[in-house]
Amino acid sequence: MDAEAAKLIGAGVAAIGAGMAAIGVGNVFGSFLEGALRNPGAADGQQGRLFIGFAAAELLGLLAFVVAMILIFVA
Amino acid sequence: MADSGKIDPMHQFTVQTIWDGFSIGGHQIAFTNSALWMLITVVVLWLFMMGGMRQAVVPGRWQMLVENFTGFVTKLVDENIGKGGRKYVPYIFSLFMFILFANILGLLPLGLVGIHPFTFTSHFTITGVLAIMSFSIVLIVGFWKHGLHFFSLFVPHGTPVPMIPLIFLIELVSFLFRPFSLGLRLFVAMTAGHVLLEVLSGFVINSTNAGAVYGIGIGIPSFALMIAICALEVLVAAIQAYVFALLTSLYIHDAEHLH
Repeated sequence: MDAEAAKLIGAGVAAIGAGMAAIGVGNVFGSFLEGALRNPGAADGQQGRLFIGFAAAELLGLLAFVVAMILIFVA
Repeated sequence: MADSGKIDPMHQFTVQTIWDGFSIGGHQIAFTNSALWMLITVVVLWLFMMGGMRQAVVPGRWQMLVENFTGFVTKLVDENIGKGGRKYVPYIFSLFMFILFANILGLLPLGLVGIHPFTFTSHFTITGVLAIMSFSIVLIVGFWKHGLHFFSLFVPHGTPVPMIPLIFLIELVSFLFRPFSLGLRLFVAMTAGHVLLEVLSGFVINSTNAGAVYGIGIGIPSFALMIAICALEVLVAAIQAYVFALLTSLYIHDAEHLH
């Protein structure tokens, strides 16, 4: 296979990581909402933890984006 | 299809020299558009704070806004650092407001009047330095307060003795990865958002150039999506500033209290 083509395919495959991170972020917010609807009084106190979970899940999707960018523009 | 110009989504991140500056030891120290927008951010932030710090007994709208921001950051620090956290409020507040203003200024549609905003938070050199600043505070405070006892941060309570070397190693690597993840998150989130907007605007322009059918079929839906993504980007700009401040205060909590 041509090296240039392999790079582009690799960048496309890296997009799977972004989709996976979308599942993760959705899971974080969905679970938070589920818990918050059961006990709305405790929801506000947990917002910091919500965003920590969001940041951790999101980072992996962003890393997938970095991998794609490195494949296209750097490697 | 018309041979319309290929839109380069990375062009908007080019650092251009505005003033050649001077050279130190063979390295050119130039004034670039990145530095210009940092300066603009600081000036806008300074004006914003000055307008709200008149300390009237009955606060006006502007003062209420500024007090909301300071109250928000103070609450964030109180919740996440806890005892002895108040002395970090100025640092975390500056960090939060600087990143927030930078992100939002970079999103402003000033290109309509010929000024092209430069989002300097989309460069790893800038976010990396911000992350190194936060990480140095963690290291300095940690070793200053706890000495070599700071290393007990890497061994959680109740770890079985045979597991200690392995856990220590894993925790050490995860600790050392923190500044990278902190800087990388902000930089990539901003870069990705701006590339997305650029690609969508390329769809609108190229499909409209290709004819009315393409324009109606592709251009208008893309434009509608672009408006929605713009709203999302404003949200992301605020969330990323918040996450940066939140994670910094969490890391400082580790340095202050170890666990």
